[in-house]
Amino acid sequence: MDTPLEFPCPISPDDGPAVLLGHGGGGLLSQQLLERVILPALGTGGGVLLDAATLSSEAGQLAFSTDGHVVRPLEFPGGDIGALAVIGTVNDLAMLGATPLALSLGLILEEGLSLDTLGRLLRSAAAAAARCGVAIVTGDTKVVERGKADGLFMTTAGIGRIPPGLAIGPAAIRSGDAILVSGDLGRHGVAILAARQELGFSTPLVSDLAPLHGSVQALLDAGLELHALRDLTRGGLAAALHELCRGAGLGGLVHEPVVPIHPAVAAACELLGLDPLTMANEGRFVLVLPAPQAPTALELLRQENPSAAIIGRIEGQALLLETALGVRRPLEPGRGEMLPRIC
Amino acid sequence: MSTCPSSSASAPVHHLLDALHNEISRSWTLMEVCGGQTHAILRHGLDQLIPRQLELIHGPGCPVCVTAAETIDRALQLASLPEVILCSYGDMLRVPGSGPDHLLQARAAGADVRLVTAPLDALALARAHPERQVVFFAVGFETTAPATALLAHQALSSGTQNLSLLVAHVRVPPAMEAILAAPHCRVQGFLAAGHVCTVMGRQEYEPIAARHRLPIVITGFEPIDLLEGMLRAVRQLERGEGRVEDAYPRAGAGEGNATARALIEQVFAISDQHWRGLGVLPGSGLRLRRPYDALDAEHRFPPVPRPDPDSGAKDCISGQVLQGLARPDACPRFGRGCSPERPLGAPMVSSEGACAAYWRYRTRA
Repeated sequence: MDTPLEFPCPISPDDGPAVLLGHGGGGLLSQQLLERVILPALGTGGGVLLDAATLSSEAGQLAFSTDGHVVRPLEFPGGDIGALAVIGTVNDLAMLGATPLALSLGLILEEGLSLDTLGRLLRSAAAAAARCGVAIVTGDTKVVERGKADGLFMTTAGIGRIPPGLAIGPAAIRSGDAILVSGDLGRHGVAILAARQELGFSTPLVSDLAPLHGSVQALLDAGLELHALRDLTRGGLAAALHELCRGAGLGGLVHEPVVPIHPAVAAACELLGLDPLTMANEGRFVLVLPAPQAPTALELLRQENPSAAIIGRIEGQALLLETALGVRRPLEPGRGEMLPRIC
Repeated sequence: MSTCPSSSASAPVHHLLDALHNEISRSWTLMEVCGGQTHAILRHGLDQLIPRQLELIHGPGCPVCVTAAETIDRALQLASLPEVILCSYGDMLRVPGSGPDHLLQARAAGADVRLVTAPLDALALARAHPERQVVFFAVGFETTAPATALLAHQALSSGTQNLSLLVAHVRVPPAMEAILAAPHCRVQGFLAAGHVCTVMGRQEYEPIAARHRLPIVITGFEPIDLLEGMLRAVRQLERGEGRVEDAYPRAGAGEGNATARALIEQVFAISDQHWRGLGVLPGSGLRLRRPYDALDAEHRFPPVPRPDPDSGAKDCISGQVLQGLARPDACPRFGRGCSPERPLGAPMVSSEGACAAYWRYRTRA
């Protein structure tokens, strides 16, 4: 080594011509796929992308949403794909403050799937719909050859009623607003990773899968001015806050020590080199509202989940995380891939 | 309910910071060798809390970043063979070879590429798929080498015919020697990775510290460990000392793990190794020795000629970053055409790479 060597750089201008698994992870890759491929092809202009669309009708404002569900294993601690398909769409509607009215359920079944399993998953979907007070009113069934689906895939679409005068969304976010989470983060992601039994760890945790429209309704009933809501699914808190801040054209500051993380989630993430703030949830949401209303909102959220917390505020132009030592660093969304590190 | 367990209570951290600020009297430059330590320093913001006179430069201790491009090319070739299941650690799967392709893309194109978290998972795969050839792409420092050695030993002793190893293991001490021998080297002391010493002990560092008269402090990964390591290194420098010191005794680093070392010696011989960004470093790698070389994937599969590697972006300075000669944010391409989404150099690709750590944890203008 006489001189600093020229480095043969591995050029990777982008991630190539094909879809990668990471494109479905809810992180930066997902965002790029939407912005570079899906939206231009559909001719849908930019604007803020939300979990559900708002439709105006003579009967008032309606929320409309759709969601595809692929999960392995089909049944996991704390839930299954049937409950997930129903609750996922109910939660997307709830993030506009909507009460669910009706759902559709599409099934793509793989040849060879046990009818016992199918029946069990459908009964679970029906039970989840009953719990959410919504009916499954239409559906579709297709079968594909063995090896072409992971047992089964489910898609749901849902329609919900938005109370008059409500306009929850990033555009309503104001500088100085408080940021709250409805409970501790990352349980679903860790429970699924453990249930796959590929990473050689087990956990006492179960998925946080739960409908959120009741919590949102309680906040609305209390007369709170909800500026924005986002359910924390793939990509976790980091992705959700990024999307909200991007939509608002503002930044935020999150205090890392007060973000609620169960010790078992923290330990699993530490071991695997994963970031709990990017881990998936299925029963948690982030709430942005005027700071003076935060204590009331927190009290209501804690009636559902004692680990709900005020974690930060909207400010500035960049989304930052303040560590336990008082140092601020960017709060980056994950790429969307769960790649445990080597050591 | 708590936050991440690594966020240590801040009182002892501030105590150590105060000591560092009080005791440092002039400028010193330390290198933390390990990528995991680089990430911990930036994630917790320690670099912003330590005295200005103390400069930390980031070493080549990310095994994924330093794995030679041609070895990754070979892994891509092997993965493209229909009979092969290629498996490796998660962050190895995203690093491109000499061209733009990486193993996750190979998987998207139909290759059977699997993520494992332990080498013995490869043996289980081989047993579950007797009709396939399982190749374990073995990377890492002395920390992961014993587990690879165990895999080789079990595969050979069980007569497993359909498992082979593509070995790219690297050794830390020769890299430290190479960094110290570089003409522009500014390193005055090392923070050595505690987990490497848990396997190898401290004895390999004694001759380096003695020959170069510089402190090598064995250091852990929590904020309190890293600051303790820095403080001890600075104290040695202030006193004109240069010796190996263990600031991570709870990991039992002093003696190392004799069983693990014996296993490494039984299975591997020391060899020259090409490090990405550093070139060939004498004695810095491990190769399978007899009779374990029967498991060497390089020999089991015929070589496939490949076109000349892409020469790459000329103004990416990742070679200098890997040698600790430049900080990631000194690169003209940092944030200007190079990001984890569009990496130009390996340190931006890997989750342990120094460039990726700067990107993730430092506020960008």
